[in-house]
Amino acid sequence: MITHFILNGLDRRAGIVVALLVAIAILVPVLNLVVPPSSPFHVPGYTLALFGKYLCYALLALSLDLVWGYCGILSLGHGAFFALGGYAMGMYLMRQIGPRGVYGDPVLPDFMVFLNYQELPWFWHGFDMFWFAAIMVVVVPGLLAFVFGWFAFRSRVTGVYLSIITQAMTFALLLAFFRNDMGLGGNNGLTDFKDILGFNVQSAETRSGLFAATALSLALSFWICSSVVRSKAGKVLIAVRDAESRTRFIGYRVEHYKLFVWTLSAMMAGVAGALYVPQVGIINPSEFDPANSIEAVIWVAVGGRGTLIGPIIGAVLVNFGKTWFTAALPEVWLFALGALFVLVTLFLPKGIVGTVQLAAASWRERRAAAPAAVALDPKPAE
Amino acid sequence: MTDAAIAEGSLLYLDNVHRSFDGFKAINGLSLVLAPGEMRAIIGPNGAGKTTMMDIITGKTRPDSGDVLFEGRVDLTRHDEAEIAIMGIGRKFQKPTVFESHTVADNLELALRAKRGPFSTLVHKTTRAEYQRIDEILATIRLTERRSWLAANLSHGQKQWLEIGMLLAQEPKLLLVDEPVAGMTDDETAETAILLRKIAETQSVVVVEHDMTFVRDLGVKVTVLHEGSVLAEGSLDVVSSNPKVIEVYLGR
Repeated sequence: MITHFILNGLDRRAGIVVALLVAIAILVPVLNLVVPPSSPFHVPGYTLALFGKYLCYALLALSLDLVWGYCGILSLGHGAFFALGGYAMGMYLMRQIGPRGVYGDPVLPDFMVFLNYQELPWFWHGFDMFWFAAIMVVVVPGLLAFVFGWFAFRSRVTGVYLSIITQAMTFALLLAFFRNDMGLGGNNGLTDFKDILGFNVQSAETRSGLFAATALSLALSFWICSSVVRSKAGKVLIAVRDAESRTRFIGYRVEHYKLFVWTLSAMMAGVAGALYVPQVGIINPSEFDPANSIEAVIWVAVGGRGTLIGPIIGAVLVNFGKTWFTAALPEVWLFALGALFVLVTLFLPKGIVGTVQLAAASWRERRAAAPAAVALDPKPAE
Repeated sequence: MTDAAIAEGSLLYLDNVHRSFDGFKAINGLSLVLAPGEMRAIIGPNGAGKTTMMDIITGKTRPDSGDVLFEGRVDLTRHDEAEIAIMGIGRKFQKPTVFESHTVADNLELALRAKRGPFSTLVHKTTRAEYQRIDEILATIRLTERRSWLAANLSHGQKQWLEIGMLLAQEPKLLLVDEPVAGMTDDETAETAILLRKIAETQSVVVVEHDMTFVRDLGVKVTVLHEGSVLAEGSLDVVSSNPKVIEVYLGR
């Protein structure tokens, strides 16, 4: 049964995407590390770091699409799960600094010494071990999503009301994480990382490794999402999206399905955040900014919600545009983003991938219909 | 017979049910008994409480007071929609609601009797028996040719039939059908009457309908609702000659 679930997700199209991502995970680091800089095939470290970041965003977009595109839950607070995963990883990276901090305290990170902490707060224990931090990366966002979803879905909060409270959730976390007495670095967040698993986070090899890990995580998540949406449970999710009360009247506990997919999605977003933090070198409360979550919604809308490849394409394209714009015309970027959202909503309501799929389907139909029309006309006009 | 004895042998038993919305008494002392295997038509003018009655039976609305029993023992007011559906009460809405972005066959598969939890459906593999059952239902509702169509592309009448097919797939003990022929052509209406009579051979059915020709085609006991309670009960000829019924409903 489990094997059916796993294999069912890997149809031809999903197989191509997974294979492509695995190929990227291998090729790009090779082109960065092995191919000499003089070669035209060399991938500079700057590009590698940039695309590593894009792939983290792609994973966040994928997780958001799983709940929005397939179950109709528009989350305007998915950045919160991303940031929580990031903080869990950041805490591990802080503990790895050890006595190499500015103040040289063997246990306490610099900001704690600065704020006169006498000992490590209880929730920092265990984060010196990678395996523990790795578990927390999925457990903390997952737990928050589970508790939040438990109350929201049981009380049947849906539509725009749910979107608003997800936004409130991330805003509340933003305010909480700004406070110094949260014990998580306040305004400045966590930064000045040195090692991950004993490797220097700044080195080209580690960066390549992080890139590969991100691409592989995205491939694995894509496979999981594909398995979920192609299973019978995935059909129930789409049923919930299209006709929630009908689904209830044929005997499905809608809140259980929502809770399942919501929690799974939050865990994936957490992984995305955890991979993001060592690559950008910092995590601070601004990651909880509601604007970030809304931007993620735009990536999904542009790429095509309700398709799994769409959010990946959307996240990479929009962020590529953002990088270009903020360098060339920094003051125009927000207008461009807003215009993009309006244009996509008006002219490509199914996003890039959805529109391409629609066009392909109608082309196939026409091609199939053309010879059939001839065959159906046995007596040509005399 | 005592109330308890009546409830004992019934499939569905409503006794003195009340429900008001902001002071409006949608259901006002409604009592109704449905025997196992029975088919019943319910008629009544707009606002008579037909849809609210369905909502109460299927757990969407809680009554303010009164008893609602299924099979003489299960108190339906204590369960939610999903639990009641699993117990064996299927409901068809007035406006056809099928899952538009699923194929006809997938719509039926989702409704088939099977475990409903997310972890069961996650690893579920459609069995041969399930495929056979889907084929049977497709034949019954005359949609075999359309099995791989998206439900969105069906005609209005076909959607109504698909929804009836989904009810059949649930294998309920009781079917509640809300205005099944609204918006149908005359031919489709006649076909639907045949379909429902066929279903009633094995299941209990409650049909709410405005269309008198259709109710006559069904040829079953009729209950007339008015202002949230039962005005008259009997064959269509008996109730339609009842002066009270003529006054509130048929005479207009």
